[in-house]
Amino acid sequence: MIRELDTAIITENIKEMCIEANHYLSEDMKQALDQAKVWEESELGKKILNQLESNLEIADKEMIPICQDTGMAVVFIEVGQDVHFTGENIEEAINEGVRRGYTEGYLRKSVVSDPIERVNTKDNTPAIIHYSIVPGDKVKITLAPKGFGSENMSRVFMLKPADGIEGVKNAILTAVKDAGPNACPPMVVGAGIGGTFEKCALLSKKALTREVNCHSEIEWVANLEKEMLEKINRLGIGPGGLGGTTTALAVNINTYPTHIAGLPVAINICCHVNRHSVREI
Amino acid sequence: MDKRIELPINGEIAEGLKAGDYVYLSGEMYVARDAAHKRLMELIEKGEKLPIDLENAAIYYMGPSPAREGRPIGSAGPTTASRMDKYAPTLLDLGLKAMIGKGKRTPEVLEAVNRNKAVYFAAIGGAGALLSKCIVESEIICYEDLGAEAIRKIKVVDFPVIVVADCHGNNLYESAILQFKKEN
Repeated sequence: MIRELDTAIITENIKEMCIEANHYLSEDMKQALDQAKVWEESELGKKILNQLESNLEIADKEMIPICQDTGMAVVFIEVGQDVHFTGENIEEAINEGVRRGYTEGYLRKSVVSDPIERVNTKDNTPAIIHYSIVPGDKVKITLAPKGFGSENMSRVFMLKPADGIEGVKNAILTAVKDAGPNACPPMVVGAGIGGTFEKCALLSKKALTREVNCHSEIEWVANLEKEMLEKINRLGIGPGGLGGTTTALAVNINTYPTHIAGLPVAINICCHVNRHSVREI
Repeated sequence: MDKRIELPINGEIAEGLKAGDYVYLSGEMYVARDAAHKRLMELIEKGEKLPIDLENAAIYYMGPSPAREGRPIGSAGPTTASRMDKYAPTLLDLGLKAMIGKGKRTPEVLEAVNRNKAVYFAAIGGAGALLSKCIVESEIICYEDLGAEAIRKIKVVDFPVIVVADCHGNNLYESAILQFKKEN
């Protein structure tokens, strides 16, 4: 059965999700920050973690965005193959949702229309949209506003198969060390291993949208996530990069088959304001 | 050590600050980031007068979200300071005394901090709502066409910052990490 879905519904949902994601942090992130206060060894680090908690409370109560960099809107949209969209074309419907969300929600417009000429589009469009076609008649939207303090510290490494898992570990540690205080630690580290040059980057971005208290279903990947979190927290970078034992709150890794000649690894870093909103329509 | 400082900061006050000091700032500061710095630099290169007075000035690297009704400013946390590294030494040589941002600086900036008895403070990255509450007034001084990147003058009360680079050559980002670093 084909399900008809007016894209005006997508627009309305995207609008609400932009506002929601920028003012309320998800429960898993709040718990991770709460937990961090227990094991943080630095007094200054503890003080900063407490301030981040107050920041979330103020954002929620007074409707002030958690961070002034309300990001570029990254949209993952999984469309059931039995859905038939009616109304405005889907891409325009998504961008209209972003336009309304960022304007009506008092969010910062941070997008420029051309990377060199750099004229602000004044409505935070266009969004970065990743479509996928899935079974069923539902549409699942994950909206993740991405700030660029941490985006700028992200990396892709085209390793050799011989570099193996040690090469992957080094790549992740190198990216985090280089990011240091610039990425607003405590950070969430998303890594993509395998695929091609662009696929691993996409895997790492998607990894950031997974809840931070849940591990990969693949055993070696789950073990790597745990090991890397421990290693990253031994670097000493700490909250705000001002020293401490909480440099990352989580490491989320996604993998994909790859070519006999390659081992692509992407590390997408997010700050402690790892925002995302998920809805199924 | 916690300190309270009234802006503007002069060389004498800057000399009394040590990397690691937790400081509450009150008074007036400018707000400027990438695009505004580029324009200031173009004026300096042409030898023209600047729209802001740099003598003992503090610049906060920040681009706020829009203010809701009744509020002076929206979310207002620091942006990454390294993008201003290209411009900072020149501005410091022209009288700038304090920079507020987040993240590492180049050796050239740190040398200019020492040379001019200035200071680099970090504000807490990603705490835009909390820091917004410490800002009581905000007005656009120039470059309104730049939107969030316009130059503003803001008035802050007990605005929390941490001294990262003092004028005695200390850098908290380097020293603090060593203190908590463990073998991997």
